[in-house]
Amino acid sequence: MGAPTETRENHPQPEEPLVPDEDQPVTTEPLGQRLKEGLFGDLKNTVLTLVFGTVLLYVAYRSYLFLFANLKPTPDGDLVNSWNVVRDNLELFVVGNQFGRTGISYSMLWAAAYLAVFAIGFAVGPVNPAKVPPMTWRTRISIMGPALGAGVVFANFTETLTPIVLMLLLPVALAIGFYLPRVLPEVVVNRRGIIAVVLAALVFALETGFDPSNVDDFGGLLLTLNVAFISIAASFPLGVILALARRSSFPLIRPIAVAYIELIRGVPLITLLFMGAFALAFFLPPGSDAPPGTIRSIIMFTLFSAAYVAEIVRGGLQSVHKGQTEAGQAIGLSPATVTARIVLPQALRNSIPPLVGQFIALLKDTSLLIIIGQFDILGVTKPMLSSLAYANQGYFPETYAFVAFLFWIICFSMSRASQRLETKLGVGTR
Amino acid sequence: VSTAAPIPELRGKEHPPFYRDIRVIRWVGQLAVVAAVAALLWYLFGNVRSNLVASGLPTGFGFLDGKFGSAVPGLPDAADLTVAQTFAAGFMNTLRVILFGIPGCTILGIMIGVARLSDNYAVRAFGTLYVETFRNIPALVWIFIIHFAISVASLPPITGADNLPGTADDPTYFGLFVVSNRGIGIPWFDPGASTEVFIAGLFVALMAVWAVNVWRKQVNAATGKPTHGGRWGLATFLLVALIANFVAGNPLAVDGAGIAEGGRQIEGGMTVQVPYFSLTVALTLYTASHVAEVVRGAIQAIHKGQTEAANAVALTTFQRYRFIILPQAFRIMIPPLANQYLNITKNSSLAVAIGYIEITAVFGRIVNNASPAPQGVLILMGLYLIFSLSISFVANFFNRRLSLETR
Repeated sequence: MGAPTETRENHPQPEEPLVPDEDQPVTTEPLGQRLKEGLFGDLKNTVLTLVFGTVLLYVAYRSYLFLFANLKPTPDGDLVNSWNVVRDNLELFVVGNQFGRTGISYSMLWAAAYLAVFAIGFAVGPVNPAKVPPMTWRTRISIMGPALGAGVVFANFTETLTPIVLMLLLPVALAIGFYLPRVLPEVVVNRRGIIAVVLAALVFALETGFDPSNVDDFGGLLLTLNVAFISIAASFPLGVILALARRSSFPLIRPIAVAYIELIRGVPLITLLFMGAFALAFFLPPGSDAPPGTIRSIIMFTLFSAAYVAEIVRGGLQSVHKGQTEAGQAIGLSPATVTARIVLPQALRNSIPPLVGQFIALLKDTSLLIIIGQFDILGVTKPMLSSLAYANQGYFPETYAFVAFLFWIICFSMSRASQRLETKLGVGTR
Repeated sequence: VSTAAPIPELRGKEHPPFYRDIRVIRWVGQLAVVAAVAALLWYLFGNVRSNLVASGLPTGFGFLDGKFGSAVPGLPDAADLTVAQTFAAGFMNTLRVILFGIPGCTILGIMIGVARLSDNYAVRAFGTLYVETFRNIPALVWIFIIHFAISVASLPPITGADNLPGTADDPTYFGLFVVSNRGIGIPWFDPGASTEVFIAGLFVALMAVWAVNVWRKQVNAATGKPTHGGRWGLATFLLVALIANFVAGNPLAVDGAGIAEGGRQIEGGMTVQVPYFSLTVALTLYTASHVAEVVRGAIQAIHKGQTEAANAVALTTFQRYRFIILPQAFRIMIPPLANQYLNITKNSSLAVAIGYIEITAVFGRIVNNASPAPQGVLILMGLYLIFSLSISFVANFFNRRLSLETR
């Protein structure tokens, strides 16, 4: 009897993961066998393996030479390690060349960094880990690996022990923030969004020494991260308003939103930054002073990003089923309440992964600051490479490679983290 | 037996007051927003006007007819041009980047995208390495790496007598190409022949191909014989192009590039500026990584049954992609691909950082030469909108042509 009468109720099936595990091999043959067949299965495969394997090995060999056996002659005729250009200028890469003017101590920056890392952990930490799809090892490595690599590289380039120790303790702050939502009372956890915004404001207050105008003297990584974070945060409300306006039933307001969004999206960012640098002063009342350069570019980045955020939020709004609106109307809610309490929360949750993508794009776009003469990660290389010690000695590859490395670490780990977020939120699987 | 109270007659006397009528509120609200936006624009416009007058700058567009003012590397005759003509030259330079960049990033992107889906581990690893390296580093950083760390650093300098033909440091290859830090010389049409006539001849050739195609289709419809469109088209094109070549005075007898007498100049052929080379290569490589992801997504969206069906009728991998997968994937690809084309167009403005004179660089120069910035920004935005709208127009055309006919 047994088998045919068994029901799901009597014998609950093992819970299937929400998303199929990519690491799960389809076949059960041993790895060595699969590798051998995949790489040298037939003649075509063997040729492909040989060609691309050679290319990959050559790339690896050249990378090894570039990273570990890279010597340059000095004007005196000695040979020095080419990476000294990074080691000697690490401070410039991190805080820029005018940070000294602000008088902010590094301990304040470290405090801000700890608070920022804690806030990120607190914002993304799960309340009930059982409800979150399990993380594959591949995901874990691709999120943590780059951070670890960055730590090793920075440790290699620092000259004292203090920053290394302080850096090693950063993950602790992250972990505390990450596990806190599980133990805190529900009242607090439900207001995580507001708390995270307050913490972000506090981070900004700490790093600027409670004087926002100090941003103008920021440079390097500090400037890049600040411009990207402030712009995306400031462009968010503007973008939501534009998206709602574009989706609204008001025939006079829609064209205004469409015109703004399409005009901004139709022109390159650099024209807007030029506008901020050259033309913004013309739009202010005569006789008034234009805000300092960094503020002007943050304004332009915000106006630029708002158009893209608006399109992302519009996509989120479109993904909310019409039945949700109708259900809201059926229980007699006003149109404003339906939007604010029913449609927007769902739309914004669906928009989070593309918003992270927009943030990454914005972060990459901050490299344009060099063109208008500001000192972001790429911009600081200009004074560095024209300084007496490094000018005209061919230090371009090492300097730009380090800049590229910094961007790569941030963008790669964030894009992987956003993929994970997509899995966690179940976007597209509902 | 009716006990219900009579329903009071409301119609006509109990209208809500007009200030609570939703239709009135909607229109008043909208008009208020429009008025506020108009007032803001009017205020900004007034500020611009008075600021321009206060700083002695023109308020109109008359400055376009003024002289550009100075020579610019890469635009040697700029001193004699008007501002408007310089903008036109910059426009052509932007166009040159796009004309090479769009086909380049498409072809490379498709190859990388297909490589990422290969069964072979080494090919897949190469594709992944390419995509993750190129798209996670900003385009401008790539431009800097390729221009300063690769092109400028490794192209051999031509400094004089040492580089004359026949010397050890002669950077000429096969008598046709010159590779140097003053530009890359490539063979080009003989400037002595009338190139315009030849290009017109090529257009005639294209029209002849179209006509032959129509004729072959009629033959096919009438007799059932195969069209052989490709062979007939190619033969027609070559024939007409050959005739055009001799009519135009043999411009196809290409003119190779070489080093001029002083050893500091490239003569003959066409000289590709180093910044143009760096910019186009960097943007093509960078955009190809994004195109590859678009291609991969589109191919993965094709139903697995299509691949299985292709395998069942014993198509090779190439045939499967060429006839089954890619034609269907193209339909999905067009909108995101058009987006990438818009991006490469907009990113061409980054040339300003390495001294290639396209429209953004022209704008930067004219503002430094005391032209009014607000009008300059307007012109710049207008020119980019021309590019954006043209690309959107073409993309929409293909999108409509290729979209599935559904009920």
